[in-house]
Amino acid sequence: MMNDSLFSLVCAGEIFELKAELNSDKKEKKKEAVKKVIASMTVGKDVSALFPDVVNCMQTDNLELKKLVYLYLMNYAKSQPDMAIMAVNTFVKDCEDPNPLIRALAVRTMGCIRVDKITEYLCEPLRKCLKDEDPYVRKTAAVCVAKLHDINAQLVEDQGFLDTLKDLISDSNPMVVANAVAALSEIAESHPNSNLLDLNPQTINKLLTALNECTEWGQIFILDCLANYTPRDDRESQSICERVTPRLSHANSAVVLSAVKVLMKFMEMLPKDLDYYGTLLKKLAPPLVTLLSAEPELQYVALRNINLIVQRRPEILKHEMKVFFVKYNDPIYVKLEKLDIMIRLASQANIAQVLAELKEYATEVDVDFVRKAVRAIGRCAIKVEQSAERCVSTLLDLIQTKVNYVVQEAIVVIKDIFRKYPNKYESVIATLCENLDSLDEPEARAAMIWIVGEYAERIDNADELLESFLEGFHDESTQVQLQLLTAIVKLFLKKPTETQELVQQVLSLATQDSDNPDLRDRGYIYWRLLSTDPVAAKEVVLAEKPLISEETDLIEPTLLEELICHIGTLASVYHKPPSAFVEGSRGVQHKRLPGSAGSGESVESPDTGSAAGVSEAPPAVIPSQGDLLGDLLNLDLTPPTTTGPPPPSSGMQMGAMDLLGGGLDSLVGYLHSTMGAGFGAPPAAMPASFTAPVSGGLDDLFDLGGGVGMPMGAYSPPKTVWLPAMKAKGLEISGTFARRAGVIQMEMTLTNKAMSVMTDFAIQFNRNSFGLAPAGPLQVLTPLSPNQSIEVTLPLNTVGPVMKMEPLNNLQVAVKNNIDVFYFSCQYPISMLFVEDGKMERQVFLATWKDIPNDNESQFQIKDCHLNSDAASNKLQGSNIFTIAKRTVEGQDMLYQSMKLTNGIWVLAELRVQAGNPNYTISLKCRAPEVSQCVFQSYEAVLKN
Amino acid sequence: MIGGLFIYNHKGEVLISRVYRDDIGRNAVDAFRVNIIHARQQVRSPVTNIAHTSFFHAKRSNIWLAAATKQNVIMVFESLYKMCDVMAAYFGKISEDCWTPKENTVLTGNILDFGYPQNSETGALKTFITQQGVKSQITSQVTGQIGWRREGIKYRRNELFLDVLESVNLLMSPQGQVLSTNVSGRVVMKSYLSGMPECKFGMNDKIVIEKQGKGGRSEDGGKSSKQSIAIDDCTFHHCVRLSKFDSERSISFIPPDGEYELMRYRTTKDIILPFRVIPLVREVGRTKLEVKVVIKSNFKSSLLAQKIEVHIPTPLNTSGVQLICMKGKAKYKASENAIIWKIKRMAEMEESQISAEIKLLPTNDKKKWTRPPLSMNFEVRYLKVFESKLNYSDHDVIKWFVTSDEVESTRCAADAAGADEKKEGCPVTSSSSSSLLLFLLSAL
Repeated sequence: MMNDSLFSLVCAGEIFELKAELNSDKKEKKKEAVKKVIASMTVGKDVSALFPDVVNCMQTDNLELKKLVYLYLMNYAKSQPDMAIMAVNTFVKDCEDPNPLIRALAVRTMGCIRVDKITEYLCEPLRKCLKDEDPYVRKTAAVCVAKLHDINAQLVEDQGFLDTLKDLISDSNPMVVANAVAALSEIAESHPNSNLLDLNPQTINKLLTALNECTEWGQIFILDCLANYTPRDDRESQSICERVTPRLSHANSAVVLSAVKVLMKFMEMLPKDLDYYGTLLKKLAPPLVTLLSAEPELQYVALRNINLIVQRRPEILKHEMKVFFVKYNDPIYVKLEKLDIMIRLASQANIAQVLAELKEYATEVDVDFVRKAVRAIGRCAIKVEQSAERCVSTLLDLIQTKVNYVVQEAIVVIKDIFRKYPNKYESVIATLCENLDSLDEPEARAAMIWIVGEYAERIDNADELLESFLEGFHDESTQVQLQLLTAIVKLFLKKPTETQELVQQVLSLATQDSDNPDLRDRGYIYWRLLSTDPVAAKEVVLAEKPLISEETDLIEPTLLEELICHIGTLASVYHKPPSAFVEGSRGVQHKRLPGSAGSGESVESPDTGSAAGVSEAPPAVIPSQGDLLGDLLNLDLTPPTTTGPPPPSSGMQMGAMDLLGGGLDSLVGYLHSTMGAGFGAPPAAMPASFTAPVSGGLDDLFDLGGGVGMPMGAYSPPKTVWLPAMKAKGLEISGTFARRAGVIQMEMTLTNKAMSVMTDFAIQFNRNSFGLAPAGPLQVLTPLSPNQSIEVTLPLNTVGPVMKMEPLNNLQVAVKNNIDVFYFSCQYPISMLFVEDGKMERQVFLATWKDIPNDNESQFQIKDCHLNSDAASNKLQGSNIFTIAKRTVEGQDMLYQSMKLTNGIWVLAELRVQAGNPNYTISLKCRAPEVSQCVFQSYEAVLKN
Repeated sequence: MIGGLFIYNHKGEVLISRVYRDDIGRNAVDAFRVNIIHARQQVRSPVTNIAHTSFFHAKRSNIWLAAATKQNVIMVFESLYKMCDVMAAYFGKISEDCWTPKENTVLTGNILDFGYPQNSETGALKTFITQQGVKSQITSQVTGQIGWRREGIKYRRNELFLDVLESVNLLMSPQGQVLSTNVSGRVVMKSYLSGMPECKFGMNDKIVIEKQGKGGRSEDGGKSSKQSIAIDDCTFHHCVRLSKFDSERSISFIPPDGEYELMRYRTTKDIILPFRVIPLVREVGRTKLEVKVVIKSNFKSSLLAQKIEVHIPTPLNTSGVQLICMKGKAKYKASENAIIWKIKRMAEMEESQISAEIKLLPTNDKKKWTRPPLSMNFEVRYLKVFESKLNYSDHDVIKWFVTSDEVESTRCAADAAGADEKKEGCPVTSSSSSSLLLFLLSAL
């Protein structure tokens, strides 16, 4: 065939040759030449040099040739904008061609040429094409509006294309409707607040009619658009569902998934006791199963989506366990996903089958798959209590195979089983110990060490076992080191007599020879605990551990809801919200499921709730550990006895949270200060408390001072959302700071957007620049039920530990409830730290002003402020910024002002106000110039409110 | 929507790169090649995110297809597959040669426009490719309600062929217990009919029969509900009016011209396996393997299985095979790592056997042979229906053709951990078939 020759051109000489051919008189030759050009372009060679010659070929009646030239233009117009103009006339002419194919082709190509000059010429032809008599042209023009919007959004709005596009939704041709919907949906995404896709029952009806008639892809656009609609009531929702269900039998799986999305969403609105609700649930299962007989790539996509659906509505597929059994020739990605779903569906009824399968999988060849299978056995044991025994014996069988990675994985899961069912299966420890030598992965070693430490009293040679690990202490990973440290301390507390030497060895290894701060800190804590109060140490280290929960990898409810709204899209494959992988503003609006019509009932009557399964008892979600802020903060959460469950995945870190309790800040402060001094002295005789040592030239900043003054209404910024519900498993916190009656207050609104009741609230600040700390506990006395909000005011003082933050007014906060600990950071207006006795004597002011070096002076502009100097002065006084003197020079008012921060820092200001000029100039002088920026921000905020 | 579409050959050379949106840079082409095609490890997901760009990819024969996007988009695998179908339909097979400039232009706008999938109807796209001159019919065809069929088709003989291809999946535990069986069937149709024919099919599906149970049915209604089949689910070609199926359970459509897959269905209930396959595997030392496979037919007397082909996998290190079979011919095919055993026909309740002695090369590969499943193919010709009553405009016989059954059985390695004698869990293969679908064709 000719292809070989087409793909083989390389050298520059050939370009020359092509040029000659393109300009030849013979049509056939011309056509062949253009083909060759396109062939090289397609494989990525640069043939832009031929631009003028190719454009010359544009005027032709031959459709095929025209297509090729257009294709060329799309590719290179951008690199040669000036020459692209040459093509405009032909485009405009082609848009009038009697052949609709050419009209459509022209308008499509013009939209693809992203050159500003061309877009101007595009408007008129586009307008005509949007009203063309041929639907093929109209549908192409509809997409072209989206293209144009992408290049120049303003132009599209000015030219009124959006209205024309909206009109196309009522077009007689279903394909035009579908493309118009697709274009509008995309445009609407970049204008989140615009009401472009104004969905009302009439338009919905039109869309549903078009749905039956347009192509498969058009159906998808329409279904996706439908999914954004919120029906008014359950009857409307039911009637839409009824009209969408036939799509479940479509051969195109993307259509099926989009239909599933619409149904899953609208199902929320249906009352659970409705017959139709049950019918719908039944109808959803078969198509989902059918997706699993498609091509492997589609199977993967389907499985990822099924994973979400199973979490939201387990009842749909609960009888379909068998279809998720792994087949011999499934690709590995399908196998892994199937395994995941099998575990989610595992229940007492089918556990025997599942276990038999899992055992089979554990003997396969793919290492990842085998590991996951072994892990799955452990998860079954934890999920279905009745099966635990069988699971354990299966795991033991697997350990007998002596396949290295199987053994290791089995030990990791057995550790979790021990935690879930304490004092039940410890008889297997002996078998585990036999495999000690074959463990080479950190996680398995850590798990084994944990087991030895936890059950030290039952293992005769526990000390020997642990000692053997200790030999290579420095070569171990941190995980193992931490675990070993804890295990040996446990051992010591259980058998103090024989193991004193061992514990000293490990403590000195951890504290003196390690560079790892985590390890060193934990070492010191144990050391100090053991030396001061062994009884307390016992209580802390050997404390009763909370049971681990069943489901460790559920997606948190709010995220799950959002993902359900994105079924059939990339987000559902990644299991991440679109904002996590889409750059820019597009697609970042969070979608939510509509409120259930029966939700009010289900709270009142548990019967209806149990029918739903999910809404009744959302399984607790255990947080992942990688929270950076969490590592930064040493938390002392009150009351310390009810700290949340430590993450089970890291048994080695257990107890760490309890340990970092009461009065620890001082201890940590000590450790940090000793760090520089070296580790000569054993820290056994530690002073009980320390003042926080601070270094650097910031001393004056941290001088503690407190001011009490007269009550006055100081400026307080409006509430902002500090902690979105997405990040905090349904808890939303918005808040602000205020200074009322000389007391700094943190005013918060806590909203429960999750499905379960929240209790046991506590709050804690990280060390911050001005030592802000809660003056009392967080007063949330009643449990917060779902969808309830509560206003809380937390008085603050400024005697907490101090650490300079960046920016200076940054505050890191941890809030705990019965579900988890959440971290967020917020910025407070520095004006709330201005104390009431901040008025300086005139003389002192002058002297101080002169005294502070000019380097410390900073100047700012406050723009668009329409107050006169007196009004400004009054306003500022409300926020404890006091005017000391006023001078008028050449129509310019100069206000001299002072303010004092809670820690005793004085800030002096000169505010220049010129009548008629809305821009103020402010000069700030302070011994600690770091605060100037924040003070300026406060000025701006106060003056503009 | 989709920002770019890239097609590579197996070496990773670009055959086509088409960028639809600005957010996909030209370097995405290379990113995919480096990270997926030339990746050191096998890529473990068909959807990957490389440097903030998501790629959907699929490999068909030697061709890599990839769609790139930076947004949250719908799944476009179907349109990738369709593209292959179009090329396969146009060229007969998918190979590097398929991607020439002419077809290229089709890809520019007719499959995807600005990244929106537009049309993936094989027939229509073929017309786009071959389109010469100024015929404009196509525009009304692809936007009309019947985008899959052009007007004015004329045949001298009006014919309609139906193939029912079923594959039976059987999962069996090493103990011989059936874990799950299901039949997934495809109804492939070849239609050569003139004009705009309106076709209507009925199924002897349980729901339909129960519905019509009381009123005596004209033709096969009398054959009682024994013949009704419980179909779990079916999906249809998009020419079928789905809402009509939903309400009446009747399959009505205007067929595309030529070959297409009309529907797929899936059943799990009451599957009678037409064959029983009993394999026996004995490992004699490290270099020898004895395999014995017995097949027994297990179907009604009226039927005859034809062109039976049993596929018996052998280990990778096989050096030679000696075969003795009672019936048919058997051959070891090194390229497929399997013994292919062919039998022309088998009647009901027949039994046949093959024994093989496989010589193995000694290896020090620790990985044991994974024992892939046996598979078996056969055809059952039955149900040749001539309906003289049907009259389709100028022709009165509709040919009903072969119903071929394709059988596949799925894994089940028995494992007796290190024992010398192993019995492989016998994947019994089969097909339920027995007139799964009875069609009724009414032509207008």
